[in-house]
Amino acid sequence: MAELAERSDRAFPAFLRPHTVTGVERETADTVTLELVPVGSGRPAFAAGQFNMLYAFGVGEAAISISGDPTRAGPLVHTVRAVGSVSSALCSLRRGDVVGVRGPFGTPWPVEEAAGCDVVLVAGGIGLAPLRPTLYELLARRSRFGRVSVLYGTRTPADLLYRGELRQWRGRFDLDVEVTVDHAAAEHFDNVGVVTRLIPRAAFDPDETVAMVCGPEVMMRFSVRELLVCGVPAERIFVSLERSMRCGVGLCGHCQLGPRFVCKDGPVFRWSEIAPLLEIREL
Amino acid sequence: MVVKKDIADLIEQHPIFLGLERRYLEFIAACATNVRFDEGDYLFREGDPADTFYVVRHGSVVVEIFVPERGGVPVQVVGEGDVLSWSWLIPPYQAQFDARCATLTRAIAFDGKCLRGKCEQDHDLGYELLKRFARIMIQRVRATRIQLLDVYGHGRAR
Repeated sequence: MAELAERSDRAFPAFLRPHTVTGVERETADTVTLELVPVGSGRPAFAAGQFNMLYAFGVGEAAISISGDPTRAGPLVHTVRAVGSVSSALCSLRRGDVVGVRGPFGTPWPVEEAAGCDVVLVAGGIGLAPLRPTLYELLARRSRFGRVSVLYGTRTPADLLYRGELRQWRGRFDLDVEVTVDHAAAEHFDNVGVVTRLIPRAAFDPDETVAMVCGPEVMMRFSVRELLVCGVPAERIFVSLERSMRCGVGLCGHCQLGPRFVCKDGPVFRWSEIAPLLEIREL
Repeated sequence: MVVKKDIADLIEQHPIFLGLERRYLEFIAACATNVRFDEGDYLFREGDPADTFYVVRHGSVVVEIFVPERGGVPVQVVGEGDVLSWSWLIPPYQAQFDARCATLTRAIAFDGKCLRGKCEQDHDLGYELLKRFARIMIQRVRATRIQLLDVYGHGRAR
């Protein structure tokens, strides 16, 4: 029965499945990481960059990127920032609560395409969450990639996600991790400044680099501009867009961006393909 | 193998001086010295005469503004390879911020006053340096504008 349910879920990701909250970790004052386990079936496979629709019963549904490790079995992991009623309800969940999950939806980060290349991950704020599965994948098959750099910017030191992991990643010899904050108190002596400033300092061969950028759209725009100045071709720069996603399967039109639906054709897009649409201010 | 480079080599390879005529590079190198600062040392403070600028070779320097009752508020951290200070080139030739070493810092210090004089005499050099420093200023202004946007302050739940 469970197997049948799982098979039908894979065929119809739009089908809502109840999940139990098995872990809650507070990342920052307004952000938590949830661990979710499906009720009565296994966790569907997902690819780095995909998202699920999380349903807070009685409140509503929101598109939340998967932030866990796609190479390992285990609970489904989502990092959520409380910015509206649904995300606030999700951030208030406790262990044992039940939420609805639909998905996974959307296009993944181009991990396969990055094989043999240097990889630059540029994350801003909560944008590190959708990129974390990519980093897990890169590290799981580390020898297949060239230099890997993680450039991460947040508003203040208190807004840093995954502090423990950041420390571990920074300790690795096969990974360059640079962190910066826009604003800091006097005692914060790491990088202060916007994340775009880290790009020219990172070590990568622009002709052989795949860059993946995730964060607020304006941050991505300026980051891409810097990557282009550094010589990374637009065809090898990828961004993850956020729009109001409702159905997750390209039917309702809420996330439409010109001829594209962000939920179905994205959220991960090649910059050379999506840039002309982002330039149209009416969209 | 350790390759020992003299100050002229280091200057020649730095983006701010890359491609300058040999005679200019030699002059600039003659105006430069290696310096070292300990953590907590100030390279300059707001209002100081801006007669020196630096290229950081190692370490990091916090550029900060002193705010009463808050102390030094960092606005930027410059690190290896970065140029520190452009006030030596623009009147009134006064430092606009404090620059404090966050770590042990090694840098090349340039006699800005001397270079300024040379730029007045040789406008070709003056124009070249002004263009190159203007590029840094634009980068910093752009970064500051993005900072002002407070891009992480709103929206995005995922």
